[in-house]
Amino acid sequence: MAGVTVFAVLFLHAESQEEVMGLTLGAAAALLLLARFGWNALAAVSFAGHSRTGQAAVLIGVLIIAAVFYDQHFPLLMLASVLLYIVVCLGLNLQFGYAGVLNFAGAAFFGVGCYTAAVLTSHTSLPHLAVVLIGGLMAAGIGSLLILPVLRTHGHYAALVTIAFSILFRVFLEVNDTLGGPQGMKVQGMEILGWKLNDSLAFGEIEISFYANYVVLALVMAAVAFMLVRRLERSWIGLNLDAVRLDETACAAFGIDVARWKITAFTLGNFLTGLAGSVYAMMTGFVAPNSFTFGDSLILVSIVILGGLGNPWGLSVAAAIVLMLPEKLQFIQEYRLLLYAALVILILLFRPGGLMPRQVRSYLPGWKP
Amino acid sequence: MTLGLLSQYVFNSLMLGMIYAMVAVGFTLFFGVLDIIKFSHGDVLMVGAFTGLATYLGLEALGVDSALVQLLVMTLVATLSMALLGALIAKYLVLPLRLAPPLNTLLLTLMLGTVLREAVRLFYPQGSNPKPFPRLLPADSISFGSFTLRADSVILLLAGLAAIVAVHLLINRTKLGLAIRAVAQDAETARIMGINFEFIVLLTFAIGSGMAALGGLMNGLYYNEINFGIGLLLGVIGFSAAVVGGLGNIYGAILGGFLFSALQSVGAVTLPALFPGTSTAYKDVFAFAVVIIFMVWRPTGLIAEKKSERV
Repeated sequence: MAGVTVFAVLFLHAESQEEVMGLTLGAAAALLLLARFGWNALAAVSFAGHSRTGQAAVLIGVLIIAAVFYDQHFPLLMLASVLLYIVVCLGLNLQFGYAGVLNFAGAAFFGVGCYTAAVLTSHTSLPHLAVVLIGGLMAAGIGSLLILPVLRTHGHYAALVTIAFSILFRVFLEVNDTLGGPQGMKVQGMEILGWKLNDSLAFGEIEISFYANYVVLALVMAAVAFMLVRRLERSWIGLNLDAVRLDETACAAFGIDVARWKITAFTLGNFLTGLAGSVYAMMTGFVAPNSFTFGDSLILVSIVILGGLGNPWGLSVAAAIVLMLPEKLQFIQEYRLLLYAALVILILLFRPGGLMPRQVRSYLPGWKP
Repeated sequence: MTLGLLSQYVFNSLMLGMIYAMVAVGFTLFFGVLDIIKFSHGDVLMVGAFTGLATYLGLEALGVDSALVQLLVMTLVATLSMALLGALIAKYLVLPLRLAPPLNTLLLTLMLGTVLREAVRLFYPQGSNPKPFPRLLPADSISFGSFTLRADSVILLLAGLAAIVAVHLLINRTKLGLAIRAVAQDAETARIMGINFEFIVLLTFAIGSGMAALGGLMNGLYYNEINFGIGLLLGVIGFSAAVVGGLGNIYGAILGGFLFSALQSVGAVTLPALFPGTSTAYKDVFAFAVVIIFMVWRPTGLIAEKKSERV
């Protein structure tokens, strides 16, 4: 874990393109070596055995990264974005990783959160924590409009419902003048109990970038969402969701209410997405329809699939890779979407389970498959 | 509204509907034989249009300036090369994922669409700008009051109709068509009966992609402009049309295509009339909203798939 932290610091620190490339290749080589000697299986076992220590180590690692870059805006912005995207992807993971409800409108629900924050902060004086909450509720509420079509349809038909919604949402934002049209809207920075998150903290000589505030906030959100999703997965609710995904007919025969669990997963997932969206809007201070295209929804879906469907750890790693790599590899700027799409195709062809496939649920403590 | 304006709207939406129907037929063919959705279809259409444009420029450079010859060669090159591309995609990207979850195939083809889009944007000379598409059809027009009938639109409409009828005949009247229908009905049994499964799948993809290329050329000739982004929206619209009509059914797809363009026209006409101040740009919002509501009413489309739930 210490190694990963050091690597992340180095990676964010690397300015020149050669360094970035070298580090990326180095990491890939290290991972291959580890896999070659079977050490990553060992690591996985020890990780599973000490999950609390592991989680604490990750939290500390993120804080260390934030501390190293305390006065630089860009790395902290990246870090906070990754954390917020993790929250979004956890929501999506609930939807199609566990309950099997397809959602190709992730970016649209993210956008609902963003625009809610934009409208509420500029037209009302609601406390901003309440705004974040309302952002989540709005996303869940608008998502509930889609519940009926989603429940009635299956497979590809269900995919169409969310794809149509995602495009509808984008076009709607673009032509709607009260929401700023294609130019978008400005959003005020966040303020909690009179403490403005957009002001830089200063202790004597040391000035801390205001993004550090958002990193801490996003970290708290990501940790809480992560804990929630993990607990849900392990509980009887998670068992029900898995059952719904695997076989609806058998599920209904055993008395599990399919509709109920699909609605639960869909709404909860959209709620998480909306929460992350409203914080993101306040952090960047600006929203525009161009950030919520169908393509962005696809990126969210591909993060979840790349990470390994149903594996919260996997999607966290995938979110970091997907968001940071293109930003850092500026020299392939023009070609990054092309390369990235090609990479996803290769992974789907040769490692369809994702980078970290979901482990079989351990029904008994200490049980080995 | 005058009768002339009304018929203008009807005619335009027929034209658009024809293009949508051609895309939708591809979706429905692929779904029929493999039970998958190939989302890169819209982008194949776009690549087809660009291939046509490049062929046109090549012919110009060679000094061939008869519009008819140019048109024929363009159509031939674009259709054949896209048919080849479609078959290659099926062979190397779609067939290997036959046993994977359908979500993976969907994502793979979506990403493939991105690859095609980006490739055109980056590698076609100045691909990120919209390109003027040559006017090769006679531009004569006849006016009836406020209704203008352009000769090129009529030709395009007839060409689209001919293409769809040709596919219909191929599927229903030939031995190959019989094989395609057999594979669509039950791939395993079709294999037992000695049908070359892989060949039929590749052939279907070739036919569908060729249709997409034709649709792309029609789109270019109609609007006289193409850009690298047309594929995404046309793909989603074609998919919606195929789903609204009922996946796996060719007539459903054609019906869905015309229905979608009709919805767009209705949205463009009635929304500003009903709610003063709304712009016609809401027509896509309207059309997609109706599609979502429609899915509640008919979850498997107008002409439902015939299937029984097996446990």
